[in-house]
Formats: sequence, C-alpha cells, structure tokens
Amino acid sequence: MKIKTIVELLQARVICGVDQLESEVKNGFASDLMSDVLTLDTDHLVLLTGLSNLQVIRTAEMADIFCIVIVRGKRVTKEMHHLAEENRIVLIETPYSMFRAISVLHDGGLNAVY
Amino acid sequence: MEFRYEIEGGNFSRAGHASSAVKKILKQLNVDNKVIKRVVVALYEGEVNVVAHAEKGSMMVDIDEQRIRIRIEDSGPGIPDIDLAMQAGFSTASAAVREMGFGAGMGLPNMKKNTDQMHVTSEVGKGTQVEMITWFRQ
Ligand SMILES: Nc1ncnc2c1ncn2[C@@H]1O[C@H](COP(=O)(O)OP(=O)(O)O)[C@@H](O)[C@H]1O
Ligand SMILES: [Mg+2]
Repeated sequence: MKIKTIVELLQARVICGVDQLESEVKNGFASDLMSDVLTLDTDHLVLLTGLSNLQVIRTAEMADIFCIVIVRGKRVTKEMHHLAEENRIVLIETPYSMFRAISVLHDGGLNAVY
Repeated sequence: MEFRYEIEGGNFSRAGHASSAVKKILKQLNVDNKVIKRVVVALYEGEVNVVAHAEKGSMMVDIDEQRIRIRIEDSGPGIPDIDLAMQAGFSTASAAVREMGFGAGMGLPNMKKNTDQMHVTSEVGKGTQVEMITWFRQ
C-alpha cells in the first residue's frame, strides 16, 4: 500500500515526509509499547501508535521504520517533527481511533505482521 | 575505532542520542543494514535502561573490521538478581517510564536476542555494566 493511500484512508495530515508519499509499505503494526516494536524484524512497516513522544521517533529510527501514524488526533511536538525529518521518517496524524485506523487500513489491504 | 558517549539518567528527551550516533557510524562503515539494526536495537534498549533505571552512565564503543564491542556502564541502584531481570516480563519500571513506551520487561531479553554475546554484571547500590559483542559477518 502506498503511503498516500494511508493518508487518504485515514483522512490524515502529513507532518513531514511529503516527498515519500509514493513509497510502499507492506505490513502494519500497532502498539503503544516501544519495546514491543523493537522486537520486530519486518521491513516496509507502518507503525500506528497512540503514543506521541520523542521515543516513538527514536524507536522508528533504530528499527528502520520509515512511516509512523499517530492516532486519535494527538499532536506531534516540534522535537518529534524535527527528529523525524532528520531521519527521513514520514510522520502522519489521524483523527481516527486506533481501532478505526486499523480496520480501515486492513480493509484497504494492509497486512498484519503476525 | 573507539567512541564514548555520556548518558543522563532520567532524561528521556535525550534517550537514544548515543545509539543514534553509533548507527550513523555503522552506516558510514557500510555495515550490513540487518546487522546495524540488531546492534542499534540492543544499544537503544541498553541506553533506555540507564535513563530509566540509573543516575548516569556512559557507552563505550569499540569497532574493528570484524566486530563491534559495546560496554554500557552506569552508576545507579544496580540489579539484585540478574537472572530474574533477564526474564521476559520482569520489570521494576516506574509509571513515568511506562508512559514513555518502555517498562514491560522486554529490554534485556531483546538485547540478548539481538547480540552475539552479552554479559551483565552489577553491584547493588553502585551500578550496572552491560557488555555486548556482535560480529559483522553473520
Ligand atoms: N541499568 C540498570 N540499572 C538498574 N536496574 C536495571 C538496569 N537495567 C535493567 N534493570 C532492571 O532489570 C529490569 C528489567 O529490565 P528490562 O528487561 O530492560 O525491562 P524494563 O526496562 O522494561 O523494566 C528493570 O525493570 C530493572 O529492574
Ligand atoms: Mg529496559
């Protein structure tokens, strides 16, 4: 699934990474627990999370995750924006709840990691 | 090559800066991306442990052609029972740490999984030392 499709399906706002909207992700993973995210070895992953802090971006940086969706209308901070940009990570905000965001993406054809 | 980074206990906004710097070095050295990911995931969990559980610490990185060796040392409360701490799910993390997305007791086991060798030593009331080695050619 292209990132731009994710943005459309989630009625989302792109915070940074607009030049990467044509990139493809293969799987989705949702968690508020960064230790959980750090156990994955899947490529081309989009991370959905309700957590909005700098460690989310750091986790994505270490785990080579280049697309993050922050759910339920939580706003990203300036520091998050800055660090995401530095690491070429696409950062997206959606007003949808975690459950709704996951169902919409799954219906759209995005697969689970496990 | 040797590098040293300081880690500040309790400062979550800086947690990850040392691991991030090491990642950049490994990229420049053209180390395989899968190996880099394993190394920096382990490093990052180790760095977060100092931030979450200790007062201050440092990360010493030694890289040669074959391998990367990392030593994370801290001054802090230490770990009374290392075998117990290594068990998945064991955690004494505070609510503040859990709010940051950590504190589920998955750090140490994941560090072990992602490195070729790991050795933890600790003295209660003094601090903890974690040594990890990973070979570049898997
Ligand atoms: N550097 C450290 N100093 C003191 N205690 C530590 C340190 N690292 C780990 N621990 C102890 O080991 C436990 C398990 O660590 P870990 O597996 O990383 O899980 P978590 O950090 O999520 O609690 C911690 O909750 C803590 O009690
Ligand atoms: Mg930990």
